[in-house]
Amino acid sequence: MKYLQFVWMNLFRKPLRTTLTFFSLFVAFILFVILGSVTVIFNSDIEMEGGENRLQVSAKYSIIDDLPGSYVQEIQALPDVELVTHATWFGAYYQDERNMIPLFPIEPDTYFAVMDELTISDEDYERMLSVRRGMLAPETMAEEYGWQVGDLIPIGAQIYPMNDGNMTWEFEFAGTYSAGQDFGAILVNYDYFDEARQFGRGAIGWLIVKVIDSDRLTDIATQIDKMYVNSSDPTRSAPEAEAFRQFMNQYGNIGLMMTGILSAVFFTILLLTGNTMSQSFRERIPELAVLKTLGFTDTRVSIFVLIEAVLLCLIPALVSVGIAIPLGSVVGVLLESMPFGFPFAIQASTLYSAIGIAALLGCLIGLIPAITAKRLSIVDALRP
Amino acid sequence: MSGERTNGSIVELNNVSKQYVRGKEVIKVLEGINLHVTNGEFVAFMGPSGSGKSTLLNLIAGIDSPSGGTIKVNDQNIQDMSGPELARFRSVNIGFVFQFYNLLPFLTARKNVELPLLLTNLSGAQRKKNAETALSTVSLEDRANHKPGELSGGQQQRVAIARAIVSDPQILVCDEPTGDLDRQNASEILELLDLLHRDFKKTVIMVTHDPLAAERAQRVLTLDKGQFEGE
Ligand SMILES: Nc1ncnc2c1ncn2[C@@H]1O[C@H](COP(=O)(O)OP(=O)(O)O)[C@@H](O)[C@H]1O
Ligand SMILES: [Mg+2]
Repeated sequence: MKYLQFVWMNLFRKPLRTTLTFFSLFVAFILFVILGSVTVIFNSDIEMEGGENRLQVSAKYSIIDDLPGSYVQEIQALPDVELVTHATWFGAYYQDERNMIPLFPIEPDTYFAVMDELTISDEDYERMLSVRRGMLAPETMAEEYGWQVGDLIPIGAQIYPMNDGNMTWEFEFAGTYSAGQDFGAILVNYDYFDEARQFGRGAIGWLIVKVIDSDRLTDIATQIDKMYVNSSDPTRSAPEAEAFRQFMNQYGNIGLMMTGILSAVFFTILLLTGNTMSQSFRERIPELAVLKTLGFTDTRVSIFVLIEAVLLCLIPALVSVGIAIPLGSVVGVLLESMPFGFPFAIQASTLYSAIGIAALLGCLIGLIPAITAKRLSIVDALRP
Repeated sequence: MSGERTNGSIVELNNVSKQYVRGKEVIKVLEGINLHVTNGEFVAFMGPSGSGKSTLLNLIAGIDSPSGGTIKVNDQNIQDMSGPELARFRSVNIGFVFQFYNLLPFLTARKNVELPLLLTNLSGAQRKKNAETALSTVSLEDRANHKPGELSGGQQQRVAIARAIVSDPQILVCDEPTGDLDRQNASEILELLDLLHRDFKKTVIMVTHDPLAAERAQRVLTLDKGQFEGE
């Protein structure tokens, strides 16, 4: 304890320098914890419910591109295909332009048959079929907005105006379905949508293909892509779980990018802090010799140096971890409210890694000073 | 040569030599040094710059080791001691006063004086009390909470002396303790060393250039080219 106090005073001998170093480390560790958690989420196997026997077929170069609606019949005609359905990205917002919500025009009969993990009551399903402007929402969303059957819901469109140029569509709430996942979209009737939109008629966003034999999933994917490779709308087909990840990776290879950023950050930090440490170490070589003269052993003096380096890194890391937990929930709320938002939470493993990395970083930058301190000869260090 | 204790030899050097090897060059700094210092004696080493005074002092204080010969301090042969043994030896037996004070700039006077006590089992309160006693011995009790930068050279050297005596070592080793001070401050420091020698019965071994400083000593030994003059 008495030694710790001494090391502590050493650490703060130049308060401004120490504070600045603390601050840059603090920022780095906050970045690490947040980005690290994102990486963990992206790299973890995204659990898909159902979908083991499904392919997603989208435009080859961008998921945002359309595909011709004729592909539905063509793919349906393939021998190993059980059922094909499709969906389209509407680009919807509700009430406020920033409040993006996923909305897909679909054909309910094939859609619910292919997406067999979705559950819907017969009543709501029948209503959806009979109401042209009908819309279905995941239960949680309907609850959140307080939608009741028969309500007319105004939905802002970012891509498709209606025939008369109006960018606000009106749908009639027809009921709810259960998505079983966080990722749930509003569903509207494709037939109505296609007829009422000003442009893009006959096009669809992507197809979902249920195959008879899931072992043949990748073969069929290859087969489909081959069919269209020389057309003006080539496709990219992938098993659905894979497709979901590719969809997420539209942002770039997030995991890799994050790792890259973090490595760069920590490399810079290592240089910066290492430099601070060696600078402050060089200044005090005579002091270390004085301590040795007073009877402190070589080992003790070198441990002081090492502990100081570890504290220099560990303290800001601990503060970051402390702040990251509340900060993480704010980030989580922000992310989930975004259009392509995904569930986010600070990962405990990232917190432990932050502390581990801090300790390691401290040892790294403290190692050479500590060894030098241990070997330091009193006489040499004190010679003017 | 052995056996005598109280008021016998506290420092005993026999045929001590020290050389530094630099590349192929061997620099002989001390050769055939014999020295007896009696317990409670005040000895001064004089001599031209580079004659080996500091080196000799460092050997006695156990912060450097000889190339040959034996060094006995307070009945312990220190020439063969390991690093940790020497560290322990220094903390118990030696108080060191440097020319440039060598206080730690970020610690208050009291914390500086307390430093050697960190190596003891004393409680925090006891350490504080002892440090304050040492500071009052050097008449600086009112500067206990000042940092070295806020003290004059003479005051800093007094703090350094307080640090040297706080764990009550028998031997004070001073390397040009007045070398960086003006007349007035120098004579105050010498007064203080005199007091420690007279009233506290410390053995004082001091290197100096200053004849006035040397006058305080009971015995002055002059080094020239690594040997005592007249030997
Ligand atoms: N670590 C060392 N390496 C090489 N030469 C040294 C070393 N320490 C001292 N010397 C040399 O030993 C000689 C005596 O030095 P020193 O004891 O400091 O002299 P003084 O204190 O009498 O001025 C000088 O010539 C000095 O250059
Ligand atoms: Mg000297």
